[in-house]
Amino acid sequence: MSGAPGEAGAAAHLREPWSELETGPAAAFARQRDGATFGIWIFLASEVLFFAALFLIYTAYRIANPEAFAAAGRATNIVYGTLNTAILLTSSLTMAMAAQGAEKGLFRRLTLGCLAATAALGLAFLVVKGFEYREDIEKHLVPGAHFALRQAPAQIFFGFYWLVTVVHAIHLGIGIGLVTRLLVKGWRDPDVLTENPQVEVTALYWHLVDLVWVFLYPMLYLPGRAG
Amino acid sequence: MSAPVAASPTGLADRDELDLGLPPSYLADGHGVGSWLLTTDHKRIAILYAVTITLFFFLGGAAATLVRLELFTPEADIVRADTYNKLFTLHGVVMVWFFLIPSIPNTLGNFLLPLMIGARDVAFPKLNLVSWYLNVGGGLLAVAALLAGGVDTGWTFYVPYSTVFSNGWVSLTVLGVFTTGFSSIATGVNFIATIHMLRAPGLSWFRLPLFVWAMYTTSLMFVLATPVLAVTLLLVFAERSFGLPIFDPARGGDPVLFQHLFWFYSHPAVYIMILPAMGVISELITCFARRRIFGYTFMVYALVAIAVIGFFTWGHHMFTSGMSSYAALVFSFLSFIVAVPSAIKVFNWTGTLYRGQVGFESPMLYALGFVGLFTLGGLTGLFLASIPVDVHVQDTYFVVAHFHYIMVGASVSAYFGGLHFWWPKITGRMYPETWARFAAILMFFGFNLTFFPQFIAGYLGMPRRYHVYPPEFQVWNVLSSSGAAVLAVAYLMPLGYLTWSLLFGERARNNPWDASGLEWRTSSPPPRDNFFGAPRVQGGPYSYHPEGVAPIHDQPRIPAQGSLT
Repeated sequence: MSGAPGEAGAAAHLREPWSELETGPAAAFARQRDGATFGIWIFLASEVLFFAALFLIYTAYRIANPEAFAAAGRATNIVYGTLNTAILLTSSLTMAMAAQGAEKGLFRRLTLGCLAATAALGLAFLVVKGFEYREDIEKHLVPGAHFALRQAPAQIFFGFYWLVTVVHAIHLGIGIGLVTRLLVKGWRDPDVLTENPQVEVTALYWHLVDLVWVFLYPMLYLPGRAG
Repeated sequence: MSAPVAASPTGLADRDELDLGLPPSYLADGHGVGSWLLTTDHKRIAILYAVTITLFFFLGGAAATLVRLELFTPEADIVRADTYNKLFTLHGVVMVWFFLIPSIPNTLGNFLLPLMIGARDVAFPKLNLVSWYLNVGGGLLAVAALLAGGVDTGWTFYVPYSTVFSNGWVSLTVLGVFTTGFSSIATGVNFIATIHMLRAPGLSWFRLPLFVWAMYTTSLMFVLATPVLAVTLLLVFAERSFGLPIFDPARGGDPVLFQHLFWFYSHPAVYIMILPAMGVISELITCFARRRIFGYTFMVYALVAIAVIGFFTWGHHMFTSGMSSYAALVFSFLSFIVAVPSAIKVFNWTGTLYRGQVGFESPMLYALGFVGLFTLGGLTGLFLASIPVDVHVQDTYFVVAHFHYIMVGASVSAYFGGLHFWWPKITGRMYPETWARFAAILMFFGFNLTFFPQFIAGYLGMPRRYHVYPPEFQVWNVLSSSGAAVLAVAYLMPLGYLTWSLLFGERARNNPWDASGLEWRTSSPPPRDNFFGAPRVQGGPYSYHPEGVAPIHDQPRIPAQGSLT
């Protein structure tokens, strides 16, 4: 994971308590990098359980109410949903390129460009989502007295839809903040991204947010549309 | 060190501690509010946690006192039904999430984990501080809601009552608990990474003290169970505040689904409370029996097994909720299975005592009290795991007594035992041993007087959560309320004499109990960097007598060096 970090990266990024290890700075920094990556993987395991609980709820209700969920799925806007899926998958590509570039310490302009593109694609996702929300509100797809669909459990589908897309958008917003932070730091100081464990940590988080959407897309947009 | 020399000669610090040029202790390393509130030192963060959970403990205790006062007579005397509901909810929410869950992991764990593995700090020191702020922030939100408006749902927030009918400040309380959940997750991530990445050279996995193993398994549960609670509470919040109907039965929602998700967290949460306690007890019993732990590897596997099986027993909270009878059978079976590793631990503690030179210093009194209370709580848990008995005593005081034996009797005893055991290391002072022994014994008797009558009242059919009850139950309630008064004194006493010892206690030696752990191989209190030089570990834990050899029967017990003021 860590490659062979040089003395430069070790001097710039080595921190407590890793700096106190009974090894040379290069080896200590390799441990620190591994520790950061390991830590974020543990956190992602926690996030997986967070979303898994939501997916479980969805599955239970969909099995209990197949017709209502099909009708509700047809009411979502598949054009916006598909567009957003394409945007988010592309952002994962640019994020991966930025992470690789930073780890090797090569192609500084490309790395910064990819970080900027990642943040921009994330913002584009939120903008598209905003248009979709406006349309959903106009079509009375907010659960409550004026709900558009006849079946009562369709309100549960849309309750889930609103909650899970907002939670996902909050995650994405945090991701955009983290990527922008790296971009600003990398812009100011050419060396700061080289071998910096924060890049890989941010990238792993970004990919998880992307991966959650890969599950959400078929759950929210495809029911009732086959055949 | 510039510290004044203690008045009595036995209170002198170790000889080498008097050498000039040693770094200052972590307590002396920086003064002022900022040096505490912005610290990244795991030891200072542990103190921050200790202060806040003590406040929460006495707040939750005050609510329990009012509940017990009300139950002294069968009629309603001091509070109305609504106030009573708010009181037991306040007690439950504060005690579970703001005292018991963070109690041992975040105070003793934070302080001791890096010391026990020979590290300078936890893996992510800033995250550690963030975790405290999340805990305090969530706690203040929840307590503000519980005190200002009150919540009458009970600590379980069952839907649809919490989402549709309750008029209390449910949303804000739920938000507070949600926030503090992230504190648990941050602590879990931090501890797991610390144990994996920062062990001293020579400290292999099977040389780790059992307390570290307990922290490791607890952290796994923090990381894997808490997010499910977060989602569940978020759904309650969304349904109440924004009308998103996930659990609303009127629109096809399923309240039992809520219960599944809630207990998927809240049953492992019981193990989050008891596993750290088991870790503490293993350290205490070995030290005061001067004995290697009996069956070290079994103790490790038992901790892991409890953590794993504990994730699959949640359904036993729902035997009467309309679950399928096949599911109920499986959950019942798994609940019996989880008792096996718990029993292994009790037998191994007993085996450790056998032929040990047992001393009865105050931490050991707490530890022995733990074993008794945990056994009783665990065995009554088997009653409840068995479906017919559970249906009979569902929602009675039998259940209340059972989980208080585990969560209060066992966990809080272990917390106090650990607090006394490591108090010299944490503060550099000895507490008055006689007072401590008295408090430990009083706590044991007060606890049993409070909660044993509840087993009987519950078995006779007294339901929980009511402020009035039929007069035939009064004798059990008078016993219980009297016990609560004794227990309150026993809890207040350490607050008094431990605070006293901070100012007037004798200065502690580096290793007042002659314990074998790595955390004692530094000054009391330790310097900011924990050790003078880098520790290397050359053997397994609990080296109280040669490995593979029984302790010599007439071996004189090394006397404890604590003061006996």
